[in-house]
Amino acid sequence: MAFKGEPVYGYIMRRLLLTVPVVVGVSILIFLIIRLIPGDPAIAIAGVHATNEYIEQIRKDLYLDRSLAVQYAIFVRNLARGDLGNSTMTRRPVVVELRERFPRTVELTLLAMLIASVVGISAGIISATRRYSIFDNISMLVALFGVAAPVFWLALMLQLLFAVHLGWLPATGRGTFRHLILPAITLGLASAGLIARITRSSMLEVLRQDFITTARAKGLTEKVVVYKHAFKNALIPVVTIMGLQFGILLGGAVLTETVFAWPGVGRLLVDSILARDYPVVQGAVLVLAVTFVLINLIVDLIYAFLDPRISYHARESE
Amino acid sequence: MADTGQTVVSQAQDVAERSEGELRAVLRHLRKNRIAMFGFGIILLFIVCAVFAPLIAAYDPIATDLGNALKKPSAQHWFGTDELGRDLFSRILFGARISLVIGLISVAIGLAVGVPIGALTGYFGGKLDLFAQRAIDIMIAFPGILLAIIVVTVLGVGVENVMIATGIASVPVYARLVRGSVLSIKKLGYISAAKALGIAEATIIFGHVLPNCFSPVIVQSTFQVATSILWAAGLGFLGLGAQPPIPEWGAILSRGRVYMRVAPHLTTYPGLAIFFMVLGFNLLGDGLRDALDPKSRKY
Repeated sequence: MAFKGEPVYGYIMRRLLLTVPVVVGVSILIFLIIRLIPGDPAIAIAGVHATNEYIEQIRKDLYLDRSLAVQYAIFVRNLARGDLGNSTMTRRPVVVELRERFPRTVELTLLAMLIASVVGISAGIISATRRYSIFDNISMLVALFGVAAPVFWLALMLQLLFAVHLGWLPATGRGTFRHLILPAITLGLASAGLIARITRSSMLEVLRQDFITTARAKGLTEKVVVYKHAFKNALIPVVTIMGLQFGILLGGAVLTETVFAWPGVGRLLVDSILARDYPVVQGAVLVLAVTFVLINLIVDLIYAFLDPRISYHARESE
Repeated sequence: MADTGQTVVSQAQDVAERSEGELRAVLRHLRKNRIAMFGFGIILLFIVCAVFAPLIAAYDPIATDLGNALKKPSAQHWFGTDELGRDLFSRILFGARISLVIGLISVAIGLAVGVPIGALTGYFGGKLDLFAQRAIDIMIAFPGILLAIIVVTVLGVGVENVMIATGIASVPVYARLVRGSVLSIKKLGYISAAKALGIAEATIIFGHVLPNCFSPVIVQSTFQVATSILWAAGLGFLGLGAQPPIPEWGAILSRGRVYMRVAPHLTTYPGLAIFFMVLGFNLLGDGLRDALDPKSRKY
């Protein structure tokens, strides 16, 4: 639905440029995590029982004796080289750790997103076309449940039912596809609920409009009217919410991975916070935040192509 | 000039009168919404539990009784006991206090910081706005719970820090929301008239513009309480929130996880408590949104 006119490209350029200060800001915030800890960051990292030599070593490694500006410059230089420092626990380079963990978080969130979209959109469409039917009522009830239930609790309850009682699926760990099923369903359910609710209300809105009546009057089958005419137009708010859901999924992954002992970035983050392994904390936060920024960028670009009504000129609200 | 002044005054009175009728219409609509009232009922029930927890609870929520550890739900212990023999029902009652207080204070922090930022940047625009918007963009680059986790990492664990963390994480939501509303309101005629009359900018912003952003802020706050409660429980679950022996729901769940096979009640009940409290605020929020939107009120 995109037009060939230049405004779209202007919008895309502007949106790309806006990403730059965000990424810089994210890097500053992550850089500051260690420096903002009250007290001496070197001691916070080394632990109160550490030897003076070790504390001195950390101070030197992180350039904590230099000015903040110099520290940040070094941080960025190292970042550009792909050097995020070493874990204070395992001594392994943070980048190596992240390279191993990140694909696992991606695989979990992608499957969760797939489940959420397929289940959410189909339930939303069916609910809208059979408004107030038993299916509509039940699926909206399930959707409400999905939105309000804490993801870590849902994880435990599904674990209890499908792993402990029924023994159908493994409770924790990673290895086979079967290991992925419970975490992905847990993570996807809340998003499925939200997507279903948005799809339903957006579809109901569109189905009320004149062009749908016209399409029906033309003698088109209900299937064509619903899926080709109505759904296409109802998609915009759904895509927006799906983009936002990715962030919620990444956040939820921190909790879900912890419950299912899924060795992804989320669990790494929690473990490293509890162990005060700050270089790893920084790396994990960086990966999650940059991923989220990129997803938002992609969603905005898709949005620009989907919605011809969007104004591509510099807006006041931008 | 006097004439214009009178017009503005009468317009303002008009708005005031209309808003009074408006309030009544909103409340009437809300009262008729059975689902929203159900949500409100859940919240009320939790408030009663929280306020009267010491009277309702039969046991001290932190007193241990090792002889009675991991007991299944019974007449003495409605929700059973935990690994230290503490009565789970009493702990959940007191936990309602913690969750409600965290939810409300977190929203208060979000409002206190986010609303002025949104109002000032929306109203004045310019460089201030540009700068604030980029700062908000950076905060939004972190999924909410992640932002809260970062703040807790820096500040340290504990209930107070959880309130601050979840409050900070909700600031961008309010700043964006209010800025958007202010942008559309400041273009309206009565604001130009007030400006032309030389009314102080502060009076215009806080007396004339902000009150008209009220409905979206109220709706958002209702949802935000739910979100903050979920975030706080998540932090507690990860061991980054309330610390033992504080009976915070997320923390209770996290401890109970170890005994999930022998004492599933330790994970089931606190989870249900979080679920119902969040559900209550969500249902009320849905109802408020419908009631405050004149378009949907017709249906």
